[in-house]
Amino acid sequence: MALKMVKGSIDRMFDKNLQDLVRGIRNHKEDEAKYISQCIDEIKQELKQDNIAVKANAVCKLTYLQMLGYDISWAAFNIIEVMSASKFTFKRIGYLAASQCFHEGTDVIMLTTNQIRKDLSSPSQYDTGVALTGLSCFVTPDLARDLANDIMTLMSHTKPYIRKKAVLIMYKVFLKYPESLRPAFPRLKEKLEDPDPGVQSAAVNVICELARRNPKNYLSLAPLFFKLMTSSTNNWVLIKIIKLFGALTPLEPRLGKKLIEPLTNLIHSTSAMSLLYECVNTVIAVLISLSSGMPNHSASIQLCVQKLRILIEDSDQNLKYLGLLAMSKILRTHPRSVQAHKDLVLQCLDDKDESIRLRALDLLRGMVSKKNLVEIVKKLMSHVDKAEGTTYRDELLTKIIDICSQCNYQHITNFQWYISVLVELTRLEGTRHGHLIAAQMLDVAIRVKAIRKFAVSQMSALLDSAHLVASSTQRNGICEVLYAAAWICGEFSEHLQEPRQTLEAMLRPKVTTLPGHIQAVYVQNVVKLYASILQQKEQAAEPEAAQDVTQLMVDRLPQFVQSADLEVQERASCILQLVKHIQKLQAKDVPVAEEVSALFAGELNPVAPKAQKKVPVPEGLDLDAWINEPPSDSESEDEKPKGIFHDEEQRHAKQRLPEADEEELARRREARKQEQANNPFYIKSSPSPQKRYQDMPGVEHIPVVQIDLSVPLKVPGMPMSDQYVKLEEERRHRQRLEKGRKKKKTKEKGKPRRHGSLHTESDEDITPAQQVDIVTEEMPENALPSDEDDKDPNDPYRALDIDLDRPLADSEKLPVQKHRNVDTSKCADKEDVPVVEKKVKKPKKKEKQHREKEREKTAKGKEKEGEDLDFWLSTTPLPAAAPALVRAWGAASNAIIAAPKEEGEGPRRGEQGDKEDSTQDPEKKSSKHKKKKHKKEKEEKSKDKKKSKKKLPSDEAAEPVENGALDEEPLPPMSSYCLLAENSYIRMTYDIQGSLQKDSQVTVSVVLENQSRSFLKNMELNVLDSLNTKLARPEGSSVHDGVPVPFQLPPGISSEAQFVFTIQSIVMAQKLKGTLSFIAKNDEGSTHEKLDFKLHFSCTSYLVTTPCYSDAFAKLLESGDLSMSSIKVDGISMSFQNLLAKICFHHHFSVVERVDSCASMYSRSIQGHHVCLLMKKGEKSVSVDGKCSDSTLLSNLLEELKATLAKC
Amino acid sequence: MIKAILIFNNHGKPRLSKFYQPYSEDTQQQIIRETFHLVSKRDENVCNFLEGGLLIGGSDNKLIYRHYATLYFVFCVDSSESELGILDLIQVFVETLDKCFENVCELDLIFHVDKVHNILAEMVMGGMVLETNMNEIVTQIDAQNKLEKSEAGLAGAPARAVSAVKSMNLPEIPRNINIGDISIKVPNLPSFK
Repeated sequence: MALKMVKGSIDRMFDKNLQDLVRGIRNHKEDEAKYISQCIDEIKQELKQDNIAVKANAVCKLTYLQMLGYDISWAAFNIIEVMSASKFTFKRIGYLAASQCFHEGTDVIMLTTNQIRKDLSSPSQYDTGVALTGLSCFVTPDLARDLANDIMTLMSHTKPYIRKKAVLIMYKVFLKYPESLRPAFPRLKEKLEDPDPGVQSAAVNVICELARRNPKNYLSLAPLFFKLMTSSTNNWVLIKIIKLFGALTPLEPRLGKKLIEPLTNLIHSTSAMSLLYECVNTVIAVLISLSSGMPNHSASIQLCVQKLRILIEDSDQNLKYLGLLAMSKILRTHPRSVQAHKDLVLQCLDDKDESIRLRALDLLRGMVSKKNLVEIVKKLMSHVDKAEGTTYRDELLTKIIDICSQCNYQHITNFQWYISVLVELTRLEGTRHGHLIAAQMLDVAIRVKAIRKFAVSQMSALLDSAHLVASSTQRNGICEVLYAAAWICGEFSEHLQEPRQTLEAMLRPKVTTLPGHIQAVYVQNVVKLYASILQQKEQAAEPEAAQDVTQLMVDRLPQFVQSADLEVQERASCILQLVKHIQKLQAKDVPVAEEVSALFAGELNPVAPKAQKKVPVPEGLDLDAWINEPPSDSESEDEKPKGIFHDEEQRHAKQRLPEADEEELARRREARKQEQANNPFYIKSSPSPQKRYQDMPGVEHIPVVQIDLSVPLKVPGMPMSDQYVKLEEERRHRQRLEKGRKKKKTKEKGKPRRHGSLHTESDEDITPAQQVDIVTEEMPENALPSDEDDKDPNDPYRALDIDLDRPLADSEKLPVQKHRNVDTSKCADKEDVPVVEKKVKKPKKKEKQHREKEREKTAKGKEKEGEDLDFWLSTTPLPAAAPALVRAWGAASNAIIAAPKEEGEGPRRGEQGDKEDSTQDPEKKSSKHKKKKHKKEKEEKSKDKKKSKKKLPSDEAAEPVENGALDEEPLPPMSSYCLLAENSYIRMTYDIQGSLQKDSQVTVSVVLENQSRSFLKNMELNVLDSLNTKLARPEGSSVHDGVPVPFQLPPGISSEAQFVFTIQSIVMAQKLKGTLSFIAKNDEGSTHEKLDFKLHFSCTSYLVTTPCYSDAFAKLLESGDLSMSSIKVDGISMSFQNLLAKICFHHHFSVVERVDSCASMYSRSIQGHHVCLLMKKGEKSVSVDGKCSDSTLLSNLLEELKATLAKC
Repeated sequence: MIKAILIFNNHGKPRLSKFYQPYSEDTQQQIIRETFHLVSKRDENVCNFLEGGLLIGGSDNKLIYRHYATLYFVFCVDSSESELGILDLIQVFVETLDKCFENVCELDLIFHVDKVHNILAEMVMGGMVLETNMNEIVTQIDAQNKLEKSEAGLAGAPARAVSAVKSMNLPEIPRNINIGDISIKVPNLPSFK
């Protein structure tokens, strides 16, 4: 044996090792490939030997060859052999090779499962480590499923070295086997607080990766991460957490508010640039998420922009780059604060570093306004001339177009200038973006009617110039522009000054060198041009000239007929025949122009790119249903007797004949016309072709103002956009002078007013050079507002979108692979089997029960967690660290006490102010509520009777009292409706009702009362959903959509709308912010208005009045499942009966029993919590004892009771 | 996530390639070539970030690289990684190599690519950063090397002797291509660990 070993190692001496291989390759520079193939042959020999050392050496060499690009998958089995070697040295070589070349398609990979499991449980930590590392690279769904449990146990290994690797690899396991996420998650969460910083960092890493893809499932971890953030000193961990918060804040704006302060502190204190940068980034994310709700964060924005400016001005190019990157994020929501740094950005455009220039370009996009667009584009154009590399030049080109065309050409005041810029851009050589310029030309020419004349003149110049045709070699090159030019000249040929000249230019022999699709457009548009020339000449009564043109066509068209491109060939031959026919007619002196131009009558309207997709599927149309029954396979068609077809045809014919009388046909035609008129996709024809040039039928309603061009139309040769800069300045100057003389008349024709106050005043002052009507793109009438077209159904991270707060079910336990005990027992004794099974079953049952209980426990725990988050978030911003929590609480309670005093005092620090706002709020509200009640009481009294249906539960509440013969004195009028919000237009009151049928829904009834003299319409209610409470929106709408109110309000009228909310946890009261937007219309015009409100869901609103018999009530109290709490309120003067009625009415209770001044009451929450009250009246005080299946709910309810009683 | 780690020299010869997503060998070579093409034409004093490696992933990805003497160290990462953090990681990586090879040069990487892989495996695992503390990494590497040596024992001796003889016969191996600026710290990141 020993001899064999020595022999083996002596053999080995003469094998090449890795170093020899590398050396050999370096010495065979000329015939490397040959040498390597030799080596591979040697390796194959070595792999055939028994000695594992030789094999390992061979595999090691293969790994090197793999890096050089050689496929080594043929050695996969040998690699597995080496992986299973007992020595660490070889094992490591094997796993390295596997990690480099194994993938999901490697078929032998399934053989590794047991080997890996063995290594994972190896006593040597390095064996385990090497297996984990290797597995992380080639884990497959099967491996992940089989090994998930083993890896999970490793997460609590004694050695941190193993723990951190096991934690990290779990991410890969989750990706491949999403079912493992839920069972493994609790342990992963534990690892966030591991004593070893490496393990902690790994856990943070994994959760951050997970949360980045599906952030909403990880919101509940926010408090934990917050704690880590304020306590950790590891910058890696901090960066990851801060990045994670950046992903979470858009989902929960309250989180953002909480984060701002600690982040700002970090920004001020840290010296690590990477950390500073990530903090700034997350603050930006927070600000973006808050931008709708909280206006007052200008300080934070300023801080960010300031810090970024420092980064950008730094000499380190990396920081400069990142600064610009972050700046562009701010730009999206706070363009103003970035615009102040325009100088800096323009400076960066001159930077020698291309990455930085590109970033600066990005920023520029958001900085343009009407005022500076021309100037900025001028600067960019000068860069285009200077730019050396084509990539950067192309980027510049796309940016110029992007900047100009953004927001529907919002910033362009002079489209002549823009067309000139585009034409100038065509002189770029070697660009790949010819099609982009072409698309812009087409878009502008089609959508801006006023510019067509100018565009056509420019395009004909382009067609005339030779340089474009010459550059036709490159695909997607600049010659694409000719596509647009030809089309525009053809389609709008009536604007051409010299149609004949353009026609000749388009028929030049050189044109045949252009790409096929451009030639095709040429051919088609040549005819349009020809038609318009014919028209002209015939009107001018010049038949010779007309025949001349026809001759030209007949002469030149054959060059296209010979084209290799099918499309060109087909079109050309059709048209050639047509023209020849025309020639014959012309020879007979027949006027043809009208008929020829009828070929191209009608106008093309721009259609929105998504229009087709957005056509709603009409009701009752099932696109997947078979139109005809699918032919069944068994039935061959030959068997069918032919007679059937024959018969059917005849029957159809007979049925149809009598129907088709003249009148019916006419009616149908009319209907079809009507339909076509409403169909955006149907290209309407003008009633008569002659009229086409005078007035177009479909266009009358669009006010096309005759343009009074201040620039001469004929620009000889190539225009220079620069001259427009001067002209534009002059024009503006003139305008300013004019304005000084006389008051500006406000004139808004056809141009929609742009909402939003983004433009500076001076910006608005700049009136466009031409009155421009940008014809909007057409959309189907009731287009679906769906923008979720972009979601990729194959996203691997989608599978990980798993609710982690739901308790674990049995079926979700990770599969635990055991040795094949089952098999052996089966083989051993067949008679024993049933007995064994029975035995096994019994404990299972118990186990199940046990588990169920556990599950309940965890469920409760989870619920609590959910609350915790809400609670944690609602305690308003915390100063820096966790210990400060206590301090904050102290401050909050102080604030409550101090609140009344401080009313009317000057503004205090923002943070404190926030705190007070939230604590004061209920008080304010309740006092308002009280005032309003008096007003409402009277009307409610009359309404109450009518409204019995809507307010069923509250009426019920009154009933038991009355049934109990308690009406000794008249009850005061009561209303459960309280004020929601009010302004000069509208007043909203609301009431919340739950129902026992739907355990997580409540209905909010809102009474809207029009208080103005305007007509209110298009009312839409929207709320900002919280985690716990969500507005039920119609199917298909997103969380940000409002719910329309189904009625309109004439002046003085009120009406009620109902909205359904879904609620998860009901044990705490909640508040939702919301807005009602509407259009108020009166004689002077209509305005868009909105009204903000806060919906307060008290715990009471989750109670549903439920009658209860006294014996059931007693049983409930005896059961001992309920927790207990009590309150006492002094200074009550109201009679006990009124008191009871009030509580029954407002808090949805029913009286079970009443004895003198003592009553027991019962109610039930929508989620089935029992609430029992015992109310006793003393002389001037009332004490209430409550019992409830949820202690939090009870204490909250009692608080609310107390507030009600205190007012009595 | 780190998508790939590449090391190649000034001529584009790969010295190490680690892909954390499966690609065929051909695609891998193509990616290396493309990356080299992108990186090599950049000046010394421009920023270390590059957008738009076309082959490897989409627009979310970035190339973050450093150039040391004759070698380029390129990390391809997605947006969940901090740019400056990765730059630092590259620095840690190179410093660790320097420690493990004692004054590392390109030749060390050429002849001991397996060792480089082992060091990298202690820092990055499956595309996620495992450890950033250099001392910890070096400790683990040393421990593993020790284990390897103890396993080799007697049986390994002849082989070592042979390779020593082989090396002696080859005086042409120069050991003077030191990475000159290896000790240069990442600018502006003093407190990063």
